[in-house]
Amino acid sequence: MSRPVGWRSGDGALWLSTGAVALTLLMTLALLGLLAQAGFGHFWPKALATVTFPERQGTPPVLAELREQSAFANAEGELEPRWLLRTGNRDWAAPDFRWVPVQGLGTVHFDPHAVELERRSWGPALGLLAPPGVPQAERQGAAEAALTALEAALRVPPGEREGALTLFAADGQRQALPYRQIVRYWLPNAMGWNAKLGVYFARLGAFLHEPPREANTEGGIFPALFGTVLMVMLMTVIVTPIGVIAAVYLHEYAPQGMLTQTLRVAVNNLAGVPSIVYGVFGLGFFVYGVGHRMDQALFADALPAPTFGTPGLLWASLTLALLTLPVMIVATEEGLSRVPRQLREASLALGATRLETLRKIILPSALPAVLTGVILAVARGAGEVAPLMLVGVVKLAPELPLDGTFPYLHLERQFMHLGFHIYDLAFQSPNVEAARPLVYTSALLLVIMIVLLNLGAVVLRAHLRGRHRDPLG
Amino acid sequence: MRNEPPTLHFEPADRCLTVDRLSVRYQGKAALRDVSLTVPRHRVTAFIGPSGCGKSTLLRSFNRMNDLIRGVEVTGRIQLFEDDILAPELDVTALRRRVGMVFQQPNPFPMSVFDNVAYGLRLQGLREQRALEGEVEWALRSAALWDEVKDRLDASALTLSGGQQQRLVIARAIAVRPEVLLLDEPASALDPISTLKIEELIGKLAEQYSIVVVTHNMQQAARVSHYTAFLYLGELVEFSGTDDLFTRPQARQTEDYITGRYG
Repeated sequence: MSRPVGWRSGDGALWLSTGAVALTLLMTLALLGLLAQAGFGHFWPKALATVTFPERQGTPPVLAELREQSAFANAEGELEPRWLLRTGNRDWAAPDFRWVPVQGLGTVHFDPHAVELERRSWGPALGLLAPPGVPQAERQGAAEAALTALEAALRVPPGEREGALTLFAADGQRQALPYRQIVRYWLPNAMGWNAKLGVYFARLGAFLHEPPREANTEGGIFPALFGTVLMVMLMTVIVTPIGVIAAVYLHEYAPQGMLTQTLRVAVNNLAGVPSIVYGVFGLGFFVYGVGHRMDQALFADALPAPTFGTPGLLWASLTLALLTLPVMIVATEEGLSRVPRQLREASLALGATRLETLRKIILPSALPAVLTGVILAVARGAGEVAPLMLVGVVKLAPELPLDGTFPYLHLERQFMHLGFHIYDLAFQSPNVEAARPLVYTSALLLVIMIVLLNLGAVVLRAHLRGRHRDPLG
Repeated sequence: MRNEPPTLHFEPADRCLTVDRLSVRYQGKAALRDVSLTVPRHRVTAFIGPSGCGKSTLLRSFNRMNDLIRGVEVTGRIQLFEDDILAPELDVTALRRRVGMVFQQPNPFPMSVFDNVAYGLRLQGLREQRALEGEVEWALRSAALWDEVKDRLDASALTLSGGQQQRLVIARAIAVRPEVLLLDEPASALDPISTLKIEELIGKLAEQYSIVVVTHNMQQAARVSHYTAFLYLGELVEFSGTDDLFTRPQARQTEDYITGRYG
């Protein structure tokens, strides 16, 4: 007997399937790698270069971060490399990003007195602490004096600060920057690695716990992070009991006939309905239907200003709960069908009623499957953006939906969501180049958040499974 | 009209389960036809017969487990002492507390040894920990399992061996102090030593319980039972004392079966 060769040997199928797995892994890693590289790098202090333009008469030197290089077609149709310079100072030297041909660049010089400042408005300011073109010793003294004054000023709360910092542009022009505008500063060209790390984590921390400023291109994303987590939690709290009860009916009580089977197929198909359709339904049914009637019944004195008759947290959570319900039902039913018949019989034979058997034997055994459903629902729900735009997510919410005033959880409020935040940064931002790194950072955070939410459920499930050496798997 | 099969009659005081012309049909297909017999009190009664002869169906009629199967029709009459257990208005859960059952595959719940045995007691509303502990110990001792598990009552029941699991299941069944114990091929999934232990246990339990055991192992029936019923194709062929049935079978089919000509 000779070994079969070619396709019939089965080696091809092995290679094909291995290749498919490898490709999937590669794409996932590439995605995460891109997000991590572009997202995590944003807060790292970058060197600031003083760039001159000898070929262009009358163009003064500028202080800028050399952001990236890419090729553009020039007037003759030839490809020509260009640098993207981030020059900041949007208020007095717009634009804050500019492309310059590499050929036009003259000397590039890293001035140790270059400073980058984060401000409350107008984006970052870049400048020199000492005037250019004067002797080194004099500059050193001027820069030290400016730094001492700046540090003293920053120790005072912003509202009480007096005076202004004098910044020099690369061509020697002066600008006064009021101290009360300044959030933090760093000297990227004169910093060691440790100091850069300090700035990095300070900026990352601020990004995580501060509200956004400047049309979302500055400041943090805390409200979006908070809104996403809160909405997903509410959704889970709503979808889990409904999904489990529905699955219990379908699997334990409903007569297994044509009707039940049709119902099951219908539930499965609901999982395939495009999510924006759920958004439209949520708007029409929950917001305009239920919400409007609730306003008439409970908040009549506030009318015509709507309370619940407008998109909000509750309606967004309910819409997403509806969206993830099929996943929940299918996973739970799967779990119920894996509970061995012998266990049910054992319980019933001991004089337990069906409800007691369900509560004490079947549901505990199916719990890991229920948690699998929760994981899938969370993964689906947390990443969903389209329906939320219709039922409660906004670009900028003035208040968090959870605060210290009664009733603490404000279900009627609109909220911010990471997914929508990313969309807003990427497509609606007035300042595309400034928003671009934040798109990556926010996307990375969204991924990390979903991974963490899932990990929590996975750990819980492993714990439940480990309690008994569970033959159900 | 076929002849009445050879059967045994007991004094009313000795009757535990009285079956009168019981027929069971699953979706129109007859599984049992006109079976009448009496299961005596505090004795071991074995049901033997080839696969599909209806012995398990008969057993599962005694605690109405057949109710769980869709499309089942039961006619005839079964009495547990004075009570008609096929009456539609009967509280089935109460019946199942009086008639315990042990299945072929050991089926402990995925919980601790203690919680397994306490399951039925808790269902009946026994909550007090000390009382539960006493009852659990008594049940485990009765099932000859106490010495092996007394140090790991909190361990998962699924860590026990197959034979231990089956004795645990017996302990779980007798913890609620039933009057009758139904054993559906209790040793068929076990190794010979575990089987021996279960058989010894059956002999001991017969002092306090009326036991019905279904088996297709004829040696086992001969070893553990006082009375044996032979069923074939849904009918009762012969019911007599175990010694009589195996040494002097009256029906031709019984003789063929016990001498190994079919089944």
